[in-house]
Amino acid sequence: MEMPLPNASVLARKARVVARLQKVLPMDAVIHNERETRAYECDALTAYRCPPMVAVLPSTTEEVAAVLRICHSEGVPVVPRGSGTSLAGGALPTADCVILGVARMNDVIETDYENRLIRVQTGRTNLSVTGAVEEDGFFYAPDPSSQLACAIAGNIAMNSGGAHCLKYGVTTNNLLGVKMVTMEGEIVDIGGGYMDAGGLDLLGLICGSEGQLGVVTEATLRILPKPEGARPVLMGFDDNEVAGACVSDIIKAGVLPVAIEFMDRPCIEATEAFAHAGYPMCEALLIVEVEGSDAEIDHQLSLIMEIARRHNPVELRESKSAEESAAIWLGRKSAFGAMGQINDYMCLDGTIPVSSLPHVLKRIGEMSKEYGLKVGNVFHAGDGNMHPLILFDANKPGDLELCEEFGADILKLCVEVGGCLTGEHGVGIEKRDLMHVQYAANDLEAQMAVKDVFDPAWLLNPAKVFPLDASEARRSVLVAAE
Amino acid sequence: MKMTCEADLSDVIKGASGPLQVLGGGTRGIGAVGEALSVAGLSGITLYEPGALTVVAQAGTPVAEIEAALDAENQRLAFEPMDHRGLLGTAGTPTIGGVFAGNYSGPRRISVGAARDFLLGVRFVDGQGAIVKNGGRVMKNVTGYDLVKLMAGSFGTLGVLSEVSLKVLPKPETQQTLVLHGLDDVAAIAALNAAMGSPFEVSGAAHDPAAGQTYLRFEGFEASVGYRMGQVKALLKDRAAEMSALDAGASVELWSGIKDVAAFHGQEGDVWRVSCKPTDGAGLAAKAGALAHVFDWSGGLIWLRTGKGHDLRAKLGDYDGHATLVRADAGTRVALPVFEPEAPGVAKLTQGLRARFDPKGILNPGLMGMAA
Repeated sequence: MEMPLPNASVLARKARVVARLQKVLPMDAVIHNERETRAYECDALTAYRCPPMVAVLPSTTEEVAAVLRICHSEGVPVVPRGSGTSLAGGALPTADCVILGVARMNDVIETDYENRLIRVQTGRTNLSVTGAVEEDGFFYAPDPSSQLACAIAGNIAMNSGGAHCLKYGVTTNNLLGVKMVTMEGEIVDIGGGYMDAGGLDLLGLICGSEGQLGVVTEATLRILPKPEGARPVLMGFDDNEVAGACVSDIIKAGVLPVAIEFMDRPCIEATEAFAHAGYPMCEALLIVEVEGSDAEIDHQLSLIMEIARRHNPVELRESKSAEESAAIWLGRKSAFGAMGQINDYMCLDGTIPVSSLPHVLKRIGEMSKEYGLKVGNVFHAGDGNMHPLILFDANKPGDLELCEEFGADILKLCVEVGGCLTGEHGVGIEKRDLMHVQYAANDLEAQMAVKDVFDPAWLLNPAKVFPLDASEARRSVLVAAE
Repeated sequence: MKMTCEADLSDVIKGASGPLQVLGGGTRGIGAVGEALSVAGLSGITLYEPGALTVVAQAGTPVAEIEAALDAENQRLAFEPMDHRGLLGTAGTPTIGGVFAGNYSGPRRISVGAARDFLLGVRFVDGQGAIVKNGGRVMKNVTGYDLVKLMAGSFGTLGVLSEVSLKVLPKPETQQTLVLHGLDDVAAIAALNAAMGSPFEVSGAAHDPAAGQTYLRFEGFEASVGYRMGQVKALLKDRAAEMSALDAGASVELWSGIKDVAAFHGQEGDVWRVSCKPTDGAGLAAKAGALAHVFDWSGGLIWLRTGKGHDLRAKLGDYDGHATLVRADAGTRVALPVFEPEAPGVAKLTQGLRARFDPKGILNPGLMGMAA
């Protein structure tokens, strides 16, 4: 992975930029000491690190606007940062950039149960949005596995998903409005408490734009009444293909589970060794969860188990209580940790049509042998969102590169069968150079045209999302302007 | 001009210099001018995988053809697209491209999402004739910018849709509707919002002041529908003196009428559509000076029928939402913009996008994007 060389002219003006930033922010909100900027050198894609030139921590939208106006006039790249949990390198700094962290902006501005919405500052963590409304029987649906730490700002930037999006959708389906600051420092309000766009759907465009179109400082989010209850059933199969067919049949049957999770044998084995969840040793394991009253849950689970029985499961375990539900989820929730116990891992998130599941799992197994790297699969099967975890040894020279090559092959396979490179983590720097696989030149040009409109100088989070060769002409305009 | 393939569509747009009025079935016209450019000839379902809940279709495919294919597999377009023919007095065949170009969502928008939430991928031809694809045919996709959402509801101003991929859902086993009688707008919307805030999964929440009836729809397995309707009835018992229920057949018919604004079919006057916060609905309707109004989306969508040339926006003043002039004569449309004028910062972005996607300014010029 390559990043463009830092702009020497910007680096030379560090002292002036810092001084200007200190005029609009409190002293402790401008971090420029090299020892302290190191705290921002990476996100959750820790293989790549680079301390920023400066990091700022504004507390208000107006401060964000002031920072952006300064950076715009100085031609300084800005990398917005939520909590730094991106798995794709979305918040990776460049040496000449200002990291704009929204962590100090974490207030709840308004809760409105009648209209079922909450307005928050975007530094607030995902889980604490639900925390603000759960006593009153509501929740915020998107639930990425980093939800304890990740910020709404990052959720919006990456259009984050989670385990429950089969029923509730991803961030974009639960976002009603934003307050956003453009790179030029202009504050715009898009959307609000109502349910559709008055003009072009700029909200839909901003969500998932990886912090390249503006800095979102406030968000209006849809909240939902908590279901009366939820319980899963666990089922094991001797064949991935049969498990895949079972997923299809459940979806077709008219039951809408809130989650369908899938684990393959390598993942089950690792998880068992780590968490002792009592899972059956088999080729494929499904956890299917449904919601409603007790009677409704019983009815839906009975339909699901009837479908499962037609596929000759080696295990069928229906939860009858909260304890049994927790036991069923225990292994799934420990899966990443379990794989991490074995070795370093890289987690991908390509999405495929559900019908291609058996073929893709078989190919991943074959490639695993070819590359000599182990891989475990644990993923959201209902929507085809894979999560292959490739194990490698970061201390072994060449292993990371080999792992990245293997990962790229898996993602190419996802695209080949009609899927995509990333279902919920985002492109960032990780999948940037694979964008050509999914998109033709025209397709990328149309996306980059959008950035031209929002950020003509390409200062916001540049060198992400688009292959460097595709964006080079646009990014070099910025350097030439200095 | 009638297009029959994407390549021709690209050639025609490449060579065009004058304004083009982009058309599917021509049933939803809301004021675009120029030479008609029809994509109705780009028609047909190219892929349907019921087990993956996905359909790919050419933009000109009739909605009815897609609904029939889904029906055969016991699935449906969950967002309930409106059919505008009755309201606008138009003839022709509504197309799936038109549905997404206008982001037309029906009553179920409040529970499952809007049309744009079910659009997984698009192919379109931009204003210079370039063929662009975005998204795909999988449920979760964050690869690059979401031009799929941008194209949904862009009314042909950024490009002409040639193909759409969409998510469909299984049809529930049955449905019933709880009817509350005799509530005024304020009480009705409060009752609807109380029900929407319960865990009992209401899939439609509407109020018809003229009929004096307030409606809540429940869908799913039979036992579950009965249970949830019973729970909501108990929840609302102090809010309405009289309640009744509609069985599946009557319920289907009722919601089809609500979706298509049947209350205004064949009635004189302009028709406006206001999108607002549900709790603002009653107050806005009271200020509107309209001849008649009906509520959907739990109060968040108001359909208003007004006298000709009535400047509804002037009556409503400032609020969190927007108004669209859906039905009016050409003269009124000159005086009153069809789409709500936008705040300067937003209008600048809209105009910037249009200038990039359609630099010749030939696609449905005049629609959308006016600054306040």
